[in-house]
Amino acid sequence: MSFVQNLPFISIILSLFSGPFSSILSGKWAKRVNYTVMLLIGLMNLLVFQFVLQTGESYVYMMGHFPAPWGNEIRVGVLEAFLAVFFCCIMFLCMIGGEKDREEYVESGKMNLYYIMVNLLLCSLLALIYTNDIFTAYVFVEINTISACGLIMIRQNGRTLEASMRYMIMSLLGSGLLLLGICFLYDLTGQLLMSNIKEAVLQVSHLPEYRMPLMVSLGFISVGLAIKSALYPFHTWLPDAYGYSTVSSAAILSSLVSKGYIFLLIKIFYRVIGFDIIEKSKVIHILFVFGIAGMIMGSLSAIQENNIRRMIAYSSVAQIGYIYMGFGLGTTAGFTASIYHIFSHAATKSLLFVAASGITDASGDSTTFSDLTGAGFRNKLAGIAFTVGSLSMVGFPMFSGFISKILFAQAAVGHTYKILPTFIALAISTILNAIYFMKTVIRLYTPDKKNKGRCIRIMDEKRKSLALLLFIVLNFILGLSSEPIIHIIEMGLGMIA
Amino acid sequence: MNVVNLLQNYEEAVAMILFGIGFSNLLLQKNLIKKIVGLNIMDTATYLFLALKGYIKGRKAPIVVGGVQSVKAYINPIPSGLVLTGIVVSVSVTALMLSLTIRLYRRYHTLDLDEISIRLRREGL
Repeated sequence: MSFVQNLPFISIILSLFSGPFSSILSGKWAKRVNYTVMLLIGLMNLLVFQFVLQTGESYVYMMGHFPAPWGNEIRVGVLEAFLAVFFCCIMFLCMIGGEKDREEYVESGKMNLYYIMVNLLLCSLLALIYTNDIFTAYVFVEINTISACGLIMIRQNGRTLEASMRYMIMSLLGSGLLLLGICFLYDLTGQLLMSNIKEAVLQVSHLPEYRMPLMVSLGFISVGLAIKSALYPFHTWLPDAYGYSTVSSAAILSSLVSKGYIFLLIKIFYRVIGFDIIEKSKVIHILFVFGIAGMIMGSLSAIQENNIRRMIAYSSVAQIGYIYMGFGLGTTAGFTASIYHIFSHAATKSLLFVAASGITDASGDSTTFSDLTGAGFRNKLAGIAFTVGSLSMVGFPMFSGFISKILFAQAAVGHTYKILPTFIALAISTILNAIYFMKTVIRLYTPDKKNKGRCIRIMDEKRKSLALLLFIVLNFILGLSSEPIIHIIEMGLGMIA
Repeated sequence: MNVVNLLQNYEEAVAMILFGIGFSNLLLQKNLIKKIVGLNIMDTATYLFLALKGYIKGRKAPIVVGGVQSVKAYINPIPSGLVLTGIVVSVSVTALMLSLTIRLYRRYHTLDLDEISIRLRREGL
């Protein structure tokens, strides 16, 4: 066994322990530790990615001394390693992009607590990505929820307190259902490791008395994770949570936390239940319907919104709808498109949140649209970044959103009766996206002499400018050279089962 | 046939009914404390279900007293371990919810979540 194979485990443990370690540090040092750990973990996972890409097959890492049916395991494939690297990059950029905003809104004595939450969040995301044990996944889902709640309420006003309460309530409903689904699965199969459950499921799935319980547990798990990742009817907590927390919290929550749950669902579909059963089950039809409803309703709510942060938050609801619609197609092409959209949405939504904070800074900290007029001239880089993000969300060619929309359309083509609803929903949602994003961009570039907002030059906030530039570059990379990434996703989906 | 099945497995049925009660309380109650009570009922129902599934009639907990007996003397310890882990999770989540409730109560002097939303809107925050 080569040393590189240990790195996923080391990265989980490193981020887990740097959390408590930060509690005894001052805010400044906690920040340094946090940034170093994030970069280090990104680098380590890059090595792992390269290793798995070279060997061309996934490997199982045994935790402790007990072999398969009893011990705990980590399983690493191409997609997992790539996702880990990508999450580290996005999280790092979100953190440096929101640095100034954090110092403004978080009490100075409590700054290190913020970094504890970020470290724990990173740890739980990595564990969700890598783990091969379904109960470990449940425990880390809860850690993820608690640290995300901490990230929301660290900016203290009534709104964030109420938002984190609502977030906790919906999340706990979701994790209750998830736990019950996992208990059913354990009851049916007697196994906790994902690959072993699949073997047992394959043995019993053709027996009529097992069909119903299997579907019930699959339903519980899907609905539980859908609630936690804010699929349409369960999105009520989302606008407040994203709209009023600090910028880095909002960016991390929208682009990473919900994606962690979605990736867990993908793993459960492929590795635990098996794709053949998923294809025939009716659960994916339900996900399809709610995904389409989310695409349209999320955009409609975003159009009515008068607050730029909340508008971006509602747009997240629509984008999560896209991802679930891809699952609902029930083909490998649909899943590929969904995973590509995970990447594209993560890169774009965090860009939009950070750019929006630059825009509101240049408009006297106001988030209402009437005060934002002409902000694109006052803060040039944030204006450009917001435009790039908007074009990507709308699906303009050259940007990442365009590729994911093409992939969704291609995936739908092979389908007999889902092709029409998919195309109609894609068309309507694109128009709605264009309405609210272009409305904002036009407002940003309408000159307004009376506005008293201050001008911010690129060199005034070096770190935020750097983060915005890197986000823009990332968006172009995803949009212009999508072939290798799609190849990685297809290879990873082959390895995941 | 189905009714007989249900009566024979009445423990599981009770666990599911309790889960439903807890779930709907957590979702629908206005009062925050009642919501938290609902959360605990829901979690406990899951643990009841797990513990039932791990128990085999006439066998003991796998704790060795006076030499190891045959495998058939003990129950499966894994569900009990899962219940313990689950209890730890639900205790910490409950503590977090309660502390949030205290914060909200100090600020708004009410436990009604809808009332808090109305006041927030009036504050124009």
